[in-house]
Parts: sequence; C-alpha cells; structure tokens
Amino acid sequence: MARNINKRVLPGFGLSLGFTLVYLSLIVLIPLSAVFFKTAGMTPAEFWAAVASPRVVASYKLTFGASLLAALINAVFGLLLAWGLTRYTFPGRKIVDALIDLPFALPTAVAGIALTAIYAKNGWIGGLLEPYGIQIAFGPPGVLVALTFIGLPFVVRTVQPVLEDLETEFEEAAASLGATRWQAFQRVVFPALFPALLTGFALAFARAVGEYGSVIFIAGNIPMVSEITPLIIITKLEQFDYRGATAVASVMLVISFVLLLIVNGLQAWTARRTGRTV
Amino acid sequence: MSIEVQHINKTFGTFKALNDVSLNFPDGELVALLGPSGCGKTTLLRVIAGLEYADSGRILLDGIDATDKDVRQRRVGFVFQHYALFRHMTVFENIAFGLRVRPRGERPSEKEIRAKVTRLLDLVQLGWVANRFPSQLSGGQRQRIALARALAVEPRVLLLDEPFGALDAKVRKELRRWLRTLHDELHISSIFVTHDQEEALEVSDRIVLVNKGRIEQIGSPREIYDRPATSFAYSFIGAVNEFRGHVEGGYVRVGDEKLHFDGRDFKDGQQVIAFSRPHDTEIVSDDQSEDGVSARINRILGSGSVARVELVANGDAREGRKDFFEVEIPGAELQTLGLSTGQRVKLRGRRLSVFSDQNGNQTS
Repeated sequence: MARNINKRVLPGFGLSLGFTLVYLSLIVLIPLSAVFFKTAGMTPAEFWAAVASPRVVASYKLTFGASLLAALINAVFGLLLAWGLTRYTFPGRKIVDALIDLPFALPTAVAGIALTAIYAKNGWIGGLLEPYGIQIAFGPPGVLVALTFIGLPFVVRTVQPVLEDLETEFEEAAASLGATRWQAFQRVVFPALFPALLTGFALAFARAVGEYGSVIFIAGNIPMVSEITPLIIITKLEQFDYRGATAVASVMLVISFVLLLIVNGLQAWTARRTGRTV
Repeated sequence: MSIEVQHINKTFGTFKALNDVSLNFPDGELVALLGPSGCGKTTLLRVIAGLEYADSGRILLDGIDATDKDVRQRRVGFVFQHYALFRHMTVFENIAFGLRVRPRGERPSEKEIRAKVTRLLDLVQLGWVANRFPSQLSGGQRQRIALARALAVEPRVLLLDEPFGALDAKVRKELRRWLRTLHDELHISSIFVTHDQEEALEVSDRIVLVNKGRIEQIGSPREIYDRPATSFAYSFIGAVNEFRGHVEGGYVRVGDEKLHFDGRDFKDGQQVIAFSRPHDTEIVSDDQSEDGVSARINRILGSGSVARVELVANGDAREGRKDFFEVEIPGAELQTLGLSTGQRVKLRGRRLSVFSDQNGNQTS
C-alpha cells in the first residue's frame, strides 16, 4: 500500500518543508548567491589577484584568528558567568543577568567608541597598561577585545538554560560515589553542557567573523597588521571595485561555512558518542 | 554498619523538617523510613548520607562521629528516586564511575574494573545492557543499574530515596521483591524511604514511622501493623475504620450512638478516636441494636473467600465521623447475614483500639 507508507503522524509536512525552503531562499540563499554570481563575472586571474593579495590574506588571518580566539575566551568565561548566575544567588543577580544582553542591544559603533575610549593610551585601562608597554587599542589586541565583547552573550545564553535544567542530583550522585568537586564537574557536568557550549561557541564565532562596527574604531586599521576582512570589503566597495568586494566576501563565506560545518559535525559526533539522538 | 542518629534538628526557612530525631539502625538490616509526603523522611536520609547537614545533633557511623564528614568520606551508597544515571555514559561507565574517580594509588586496574562491573551487572541481572546508554533502558532497568553503581564502591551502608517511586505498579512489585532477595544475599545495612505502607510492610525488617519531623513508632512490620502505638500509626498503616467521639462509661459515644470498649484507661468525657481494622469490624444486620454505629451498605465487592463491604455513614455526615467504612467478612458469613446494597446496619469493632484525640476533630 504505497499510499500508507507516505503517511506521517503529524500532518503538514509538505507545507512546512515548502515554507521553510521558500523562506530560507528569500532571506538567506538568494542574497548570498548574488555574491557568487557577481564574483563569477571575474576571470580566474582577477579573482586570484583580488582574494590572495598579501594585504587581504593578512586580514583573513586576523579576522578568523581573532574570532576563534575571542570565541574560545567567551566559551571559558561565558561558562563561568552562566555557572555563577545559575548556581548562586547574590544581591543584584538580576541586574548582572540583564547586563549580559547589553552587547546584543548596543549599536556596535557605540561599543567600539566606548571600548576605544577605555583601552586607548589615555583611557582608564589603557592608561594602566601603558607603563608596561602593553598597547591594546589600535592594534590586533583591540580587535580581540571588541570581538570578545560582542560575542559574550551567545555563550552565556546558550549554556544558562541547560545548566538550570541540570539537576544537582547528578553532582550529588557523583559525590556519593567518591568524586571530588573537580571530578564531578569534569566528568558529569561538563559533558552535559558541552553541546550547548559548542553551540554558543559557534554563534559567538560567527558573529565575530561578521563584526564590523565595533572593530573599526578600536583596531587602528593598519594594513597588514590590524585590518579586518570586512573593512577590506568596505574599502573595495568605496573604490567601486564591486567584483573585488564580492570575491573577498565569497571567500569569507566559504571559510565561515566550512568552519561552522565542522562545529556542527563535532556536535553530531559528541551526540552519537554519548547516546543522544541527533 | 550500624548508624546512630542523635537529636537531629533541621529547619528549612520556617519549616521544621526534623524535630529532635534520635534513632539507632542496627547492622545488616533493611529498614524502611515510612511516612506521608513532607514528613521529613527524605531529609533524614539525606542527613545520614551527608548530602544535607543538620542544624544540630550528631550522626555516628560504626560508632564514629561522622557529623562533619561530607558525603565522599562517609562511604555510603545513595540511590536516587529518579536514578540520576549519567546520561552521557554507557551503563558500563556509569557503574565504573566510582572506581575510576579514585585517587591514582587506590584505583583498580582496567582489568579489575572490567571484572567488577561485569560481576555487578550479573548481580542485577542486566549483563546484556553494558554498552547501552541510560536513555535506552526502562525505568526498572535504570534503577537496577543505579543500584549496581552504588554498590560498586563497596559502601558501608545503602541509602535508597523512594527507589521505586517513579515506576509503574507491576515493575514496582517485582523490583521490591528483587531488592529483598538482593539484601538477603548481601546483608548490607540498608535504609529506604517510602510513602507506600504496603512496600514498607512487604520488604523491610524494621519500619521507622515518621510524621511531621518526628518518629511515631519503630518496630517490625508485624508490630507496626498489629500494635500501632499512636493514632497516626493506626490510621497510616493499613485500611482502617475510624470513629470519633468521647468516653462515657464503658462506651465511646459517637453522636447519638455508642460503641462498647474496655475503657479503663480513659476518663469520662475525654475526646477519643476509636480504630478498627476492616477484618475486625462486625456488621450487625439489626439496625435497632443498642451497641454499634449505624451505616448504610453502599457496595458489596468480591465473591471469593473474603468479601469486602463498603458502607457510608447513615444519613447526613454528622460532625466527628468519617464518612466511609470498609468491612471484610468471610463469604459464607455474607450469605448468612443476607446483606444487600442499600440496607441499614450497625457496625461494631471486635478489637477496638482507642486513642485520646488531642486535636479535637482534626484528622492527622
């Protein structure tokens, strides 16, 4: 009975799949494919010249390197923040909780100006570090600071609900079996949080790669040193080099896509390894 | 291992969970902590385990003060109501957990761990699930794995918090029989918390009856069932018929009616509750009889050797009287009495247990 085989318990599969595809095409796929179509008008030599010039390559390294590092920092400290917010009650906890979302809400330019003011030589923190010869603003460390700032909420907000749902019973069970606090965290709590942490990491990373507003204020934008890829794209656009801009953008897209695919794969792998169905 | 609990007090906010509890658990017994929800039995178990600390009082394990020791140092096995199996580990790794977290010097070799886990899996009769994840097991299987995991560290005492609470009736029954057999094999001192009196009566060597943070009675299941020490013990264990009234001569006066009893220990006019088990309650078909409380037959159940008769209080539910009664009589007697639904009868207790009722009409 061929008819019955195709029957599903939940109705509306065709409709929802169709809607999903159309929506995704309109919002994501069509604009992105425009990037590739525009690029396709170039000759291979032109393309290579646009995307592989030393200045552009240096910007890839900075953008992806700083984004990965920022996402890693956020994974560590975001986890700590989420832990503190869910496991302990202290005065002002609600306010701290609300503060976490600020980087979401703040116009990124505002964040950039604020961070620059603080980390510049004459700023509060910058002034403290200056005597030791550490310079944050107007260099690669500034890029890292800005990217860390804007990525923080992603990790906290993905880990927090999982941590809230994780009953203390598991830690109690581990302790009753002789595990120390650290062993309980490492062997019981962390594996339970890991998928959420990975998602948070991926989101923070993706956001950091695409970040423009906050970075250009603090980076100093020195070619070959502290110039990020999005800035290169903007510069090319301003010089009416539309094809060059889309060429760089398409390289960026491909690298981001591959990296996110790897993170997803990692997630599926941990899920399989720990008996969760994907 | 023997466990001694001395004058334990514990409050949560303004709620007094444990009120000066002192107890002795002898070595090698399976003890049930029995009581209604919120009576403090789980808190007591967690205090013994070291998962919760008492406000005052002492815990002695094997005669040694363990009050300030934490759960790791007490070497107790704890089984949780919802199993608390580690979801990201296989059954095998769950059981091996307690062995793997030991300090390097004391940690058994991989081969020893393997042998031990296999032995424990056989003990709980689940050797074939070693490589599965907890989410792939049924509730009963999960609880057995949780038990094996607790046993792996060779605890001095096994503490079980409502171990069968989350299981369905049939599995529950199987599993408690299995627990009893396991205990007879291992002879490890065990305490389990339950609110199910049937479970406590069936499985345990000894029952500790807890109510409102205090211990009501301690005794073997037989003692608890046959000789309840307090009115709470009487009404909590087993089915019971309850009559409230006051003492008048050799009677308990219930409304306009009276129940005969041997009232030497009571003063006239004292408020009392009289209890009678269903099988110790008589039905008198003559509703004009002097002695007895009148009721109307609501339903007659069962046609085997024992019949159950459900009755409701006659007419309006008068103050100070429980509305429903239950009587068990031999099937033959049911025939002789010729009872039928709707009939008005009188109830009498063959062995009436009477307790003074300090709380007036409040049900405990």
